[in-house]
Amino acid sequence: MSTQVEVQTFAFDDVSEAAVAKAIALYPPGKQMSAVKALLDIAQRQMARLTGIGWVPQAAMDVIAQRLGVAPIRVYENATFYTMFNTKPVGKYHLQVCTTTPCWLRGSDDIVKTCKSATGISSFGQTSEDGLFTLTEVECLGACVNAPILQINDDYYEDLDAARTEALLDGLKAGGALPPAGSTIGRQASAPVTHQTTLLPANGPAE
Amino acid sequence: MAKVTIDGIEVEVPNGSSVIQAAEAAGVEIPRFCYHERLSVAGNCRMCLVEIEKMPPRPQAACGMPVSDGMVVHTDTEMVRKGRRGVMEFLLINHPLDCPICDQGGECDLQDEAVSYGRDYSRYDEAKRAVTQPDWGPLVKTTMTRCIHCTRCIRFTTEVAGVAELGATSRGETTQVGTYVQKALSSELSGNIIDLCPVGALTSKPYAFTARPWELRKTDSVDVLDAVGANIRVDARGAEVLRILPRMNDDVNEEWLGDKSRFSVDGLKRRRLDRPWLRENGKLRPASWEEVFAVIAARMKGVTPDKLGAIAGDQCDVESLLALKQFFTAMGSQNIDCRQDGAVFDSSRRSFYLFNTTIAGIDEADALLIIGSNPRHEAPVLNARIRKRWLAGGFMVGLIGMPHQLTYPVDQVGAGPEAIGALLDGLAPFANVLAAAKKPMIILGAGVLARPDGAAIHSAAWQLALKYNMLTTEWHGFNVLHNAAARTGALDIGFVPGVAGKATTQMLRGGVDVLWLQAADELDVAAIGKDTFVIYQGHHGDTGAARADVILPGAAYTEKDGTYVNTEGRVQYGAVAVKPPGDAREDWRIIRALSAYMGHALPYDTLQELRAHLADSYPVFAVDGGFHRFAGTDTAVPAGDVAAMSNVPFTPVFSNYYQTDSISRASPTMAACIAAHAPAAAEAAE
Amino acid sequence: MLNDSDRIYTNLYGQLDWRLPGARSRGDWDNTAAILARGRDAIIEEVKASGMRGRGGAGFPTGMKWSFMPKESDGRPHYLVVNADESEPGTCKDRDIMRHEPQKLIEGSLIAGFAMGAHTGFIYIRGEYYNEAQRLQAAIDEAYAAGLLGKNAAGSGWDFDLILHRGAGAYICGEESALLESLEGKKGMPRMKPPFPAAMGLYGCPTTVNNVETIAGVPTILRRGAAWFSALGRPKNSGTKIFCISGHVNNPCNVEEEMGIPLKDLIEKHAGGVRGGWDNLQAIIPGGASMPILNKEMCDTQLMDFDSLAAVKSGMGSGAIIVMDKSADVVKAIWRLSKFFKHESCGQCTPCREGTGWMMRMMDRVVQGKAALADIHLLEQVTTQVAGHTICAFGEAASWPIQGMMRAFRPQVEARATDYQPPKPMAQAAE
Repeated sequence: MSTQVEVQTFAFDDVSEAAVAKAIALYPPGKQMSAVKALLDIAQRQMARLTGIGWVPQAAMDVIAQRLGVAPIRVYENATFYTMFNTKPVGKYHLQVCTTTPCWLRGSDDIVKTCKSATGISSFGQTSEDGLFTLTEVECLGACVNAPILQINDDYYEDLDAARTEALLDGLKAGGALPPAGSTIGRQASAPVTHQTTLLPANGPAE
Repeated sequence: MAKVTIDGIEVEVPNGSSVIQAAEAAGVEIPRFCYHERLSVAGNCRMCLVEIEKMPPRPQAACGMPVSDGMVVHTDTEMVRKGRRGVMEFLLINHPLDCPICDQGGECDLQDEAVSYGRDYSRYDEAKRAVTQPDWGPLVKTTMTRCIHCTRCIRFTTEVAGVAELGATSRGETTQVGTYVQKALSSELSGNIIDLCPVGALTSKPYAFTARPWELRKTDSVDVLDAVGANIRVDARGAEVLRILPRMNDDVNEEWLGDKSRFSVDGLKRRRLDRPWLRENGKLRPASWEEVFAVIAARMKGVTPDKLGAIAGDQCDVESLLALKQFFTAMGSQNIDCRQDGAVFDSSRRSFYLFNTTIAGIDEADALLIIGSNPRHEAPVLNARIRKRWLAGGFMVGLIGMPHQLTYPVDQVGAGPEAIGALLDGLAPFANVLAAAKKPMIILGAGVLARPDGAAIHSAAWQLALKYNMLTTEWHGFNVLHNAAARTGALDIGFVPGVAGKATTQMLRGGVDVLWLQAADELDVAAIGKDTFVIYQGHHGDTGAARADVILPGAAYTEKDGTYVNTEGRVQYGAVAVKPPGDAREDWRIIRALSAYMGHALPYDTLQELRAHLADSYPVFAVDGGFHRFAGTDTAVPAGDVAAMSNVPFTPVFSNYYQTDSISRASPTMAACIAAHAPAAAEAAE
Repeated sequence: MLNDSDRIYTNLYGQLDWRLPGARSRGDWDNTAAILARGRDAIIEEVKASGMRGRGGAGFPTGMKWSFMPKESDGRPHYLVVNADESEPGTCKDRDIMRHEPQKLIEGSLIAGFAMGAHTGFIYIRGEYYNEAQRLQAAIDEAYAAGLLGKNAAGSGWDFDLILHRGAGAYICGEESALLESLEGKKGMPRMKPPFPAAMGLYGCPTTVNNVETIAGVPTILRRGAAWFSALGRPKNSGTKIFCISGHVNNPCNVEEEMGIPLKDLIEKHAGGVRGGWDNLQAIIPGGASMPILNKEMCDTQLMDFDSLAAVKSGMGSGAIIVMDKSADVVKAIWRLSKFFKHESCGQCTPCREGTGWMMRMMDRVVQGKAALADIHLLEQVTTQVAGHTICAFGEAASWPIQGMMRAFRPQVEARATDYQPPKPMAQAAE
């Protein structure tokens, strides 16, 4: 399946319109440009919802510019500056693997290797032949004590290793839904996996 | 005021000034790439680093640092030099260093500063950045590998031109200045980004690989492609004008120039009338000056003076028009008119037809009503001035006429004269804006005056000015925005029909037997009587020449010393940059020669004598740069019956911006602009 | 070791209910109106007296920062902006506050907003924290529903709205002026200072930007008193701090500890020690990616607070501790940070836009053994041409890791130098 979809026109659907109105209303009158990232995100989610591919076509950026009363270039600038907006189509599952130092020290190379072997993708930025996965190298996701991290669409999968990554991707390839986000080893958030030293349940909550 | 010491020189500068401005006041030069006086401060190039005492021990960007009283600044310390050398090195590592094939060579800020702060070898051994070259249309050539990301072009188009098409997309070292989508720049001021670009990223596309700056002869002159009178520099090599650049004049064009005025230069070489022509058996043939003079003399002497007429074109210098007027007076004819568009209105007082507020005066206005004009097309530089005023805040603009994208928001007051009537009656909502304003102004498009009810509207607009307190001892808010460079000067010397004379429309359709067209190409030549003998004096083989029986080859504005009066009434001087082609001659000399040939020799032999005569006869020409602002004290209303206003909506004067006169119509570059901005037509043709 | 009773974040790990009732049971929102009733000046004085320094990285005294806000509005609204753009590699503390202790942040926002005369607060959360944003928004909604936000917030008589604003992927938006630009709908490009945000911040109005951990700590400080907070930690480095311990430790974790705790204690007690034991330690980055790296000798005795780390030319930054044992390729670890900074440079100003790429490429060659000694010296010079010459502190952030590496590991780095000669482009020779 080709993910090179040409999108000539774009219009917010009812679900998105409600979100757009809400987003713009958050800011003082005349400061509606503050909502530009929100609107780009809404457009990207609408594309994902309706086409299965979460990205922001230029046509959507133009609609957003019009909605916010700014020149389209100001929206293009935003869309290309922030890494979370996909200005090109991506796969159904956007594999965003963190390889920054804290993740790298904990084995992110293995996660990258596994992502590639499991999806058949040879290098970052590519989409798998089945259109299911796009692999992107991302910078620090801010969950470093649970490294290494793989973000799939909105969700963080933490405390990964090669085997658990493979299992995760195999599940998706088999048509399964995304499992619940978080630690893949059942760890309690950012607490030490063993030998918790503070805030032990035995101590009871502080008054 | 704040006292600041720059390199030991003490200066006082207004509070809020930046260190770079203080340095300028102290006469200390600070290198800069991104900083520009007329644009917002970006602070991104980091070349203007200076050391400031009692601040953290790191260099500060002079452009973004506000002064404080007692500040002591050093611009040439080891810290400063190291900082600037570092910045220069960074700017050069990804710069292609392709100066030998770069059009900016010789006038490149980066080149110049590299002499002071560059190394003689590169320490950068990594791969250089390469980017694709986007197409920004026929005017601006992009070589974005040379871009140093100063964002001047982005700031200019966004802030000054008001057409936000350029931006910096992506980020970090992959930042790209561009349009993101492939498109031609649609601003009429786009060429200014070529001047603003401190490197060779943006250069003139038509001028590509044409010349090096040191080969050029530079002549200060005045633009005539609209009535603003932008100050220009004409760059020529040999007999050819190669490019035209704006010159700084804060009162007129600041340092901007419209694209038509800048890029029509290739029209100066094409379709030129470089020898006299004579129509024989329906066909034009080359002729000698002797021949054509003989034919003209014979033809003119064969008719009574009331059957002789002259119509002046839009780019004529005052000298040639004075000579023509005096020649016709000597011949006994009062049939002269400088309004080839057929306008008839009361021009008995200067303030009736001037842009009285002045261009710089726009800065003071607090409300504007535009009547029947699209200043963006008729005077783009002046339009930028309006936008600048709007940006400053507290400025409402109303428009009567076709809606246009004017680069600032407008309140659409109406479509035609009835809206003027409503305002006179205080009915339209915009009346409240005008009534509340302290310094309101009206811009009346010259195109309106060419309507059958032009005189009525002229009078009504003046009465609006009166009603809304625009005519006071402090303020003159009535303005006519001309679109012809020659018009104001021609009106100043009374190039209008005498008491018994015929106006343009009366000279057409057989109203005269001999019609002299002084570079007049914007009239309906088909309306000239079939048997009317047409003498065309001008520089381009355009509509007038096509209808002519005799052609006298004149000089374009770059080829003569000429006086022009801009729409404000400002007397300015154009200068000869190159000689007229072939047998063509300066226009006043042709008329002077013919007058002698016909036994009515005009009383001057040299330009100096002519100008002395001009100054004696018309005092506005007596002072160099003869210009002063009027107060609105003389409030007598121009003639015209307000009741005669029709309800026909105003229509644009120009169907396009790029080709509006014989020079721009001869310009392939301007033709390319029209094609680039007519995508629908272009696609259909493919 | 800090007693649990002295911890601000008793639900740091999310073992307890994050919702409003749970938060209330832990003391949040306990008579907040009474705190506000003390008045702006008293609150600011109390925060000053506590010695609280900004927890985002720069460590600027919080009370003093608040006092820069105009006392009276000149007609412009005042804004509080909470910096939740947690992006400094190694840092993941604000995430825990937002998902497990959101009411502390919300209550702190109300108090801080009141103290600086702001009726509106924005929380700028990094876009990747999607689930955290959902959680925080739910908590904000709960607070509104309970009358803790909005008109007469928490019965204090002060109107206060709190708006969650999601970023979209840009580390630089953690820089406060870039954050404000981004909040205004522009690219996150830092502004020149002056003017400072307190004079001209969000939408040109007086604004104070504080880190999540700073703001979330405020209610507890005001409840327990400045004396309690300042008694913890060391002089001028008081209170508690959430440390994020990642990398080569047995039990990576977040933990709230006293300021000034010895680095070794912190790792050995809470993170299960360095993999293979303390003696297997090679290096530690003590304060997030931009803080200079320490070698083992430095780590042995290092205390974890702003001033102690500044004394060794490093910094506590965000309190993110990245541990590397002897198996780690330190040069490659720093190269990866160079790659991070190159990727995250906003591209606005010259030294950073061009310098981060150059530094990364040279680091690349050092890692690959394709750099001569001269290249390494050039690399060092380039770092000094970037640091101190940029609009914002990113220039330093990108340079310090390399400079720190050269200070702590010079022999190891220089040992990798080869007699490599980069090929000269032929074109240059031909000209």
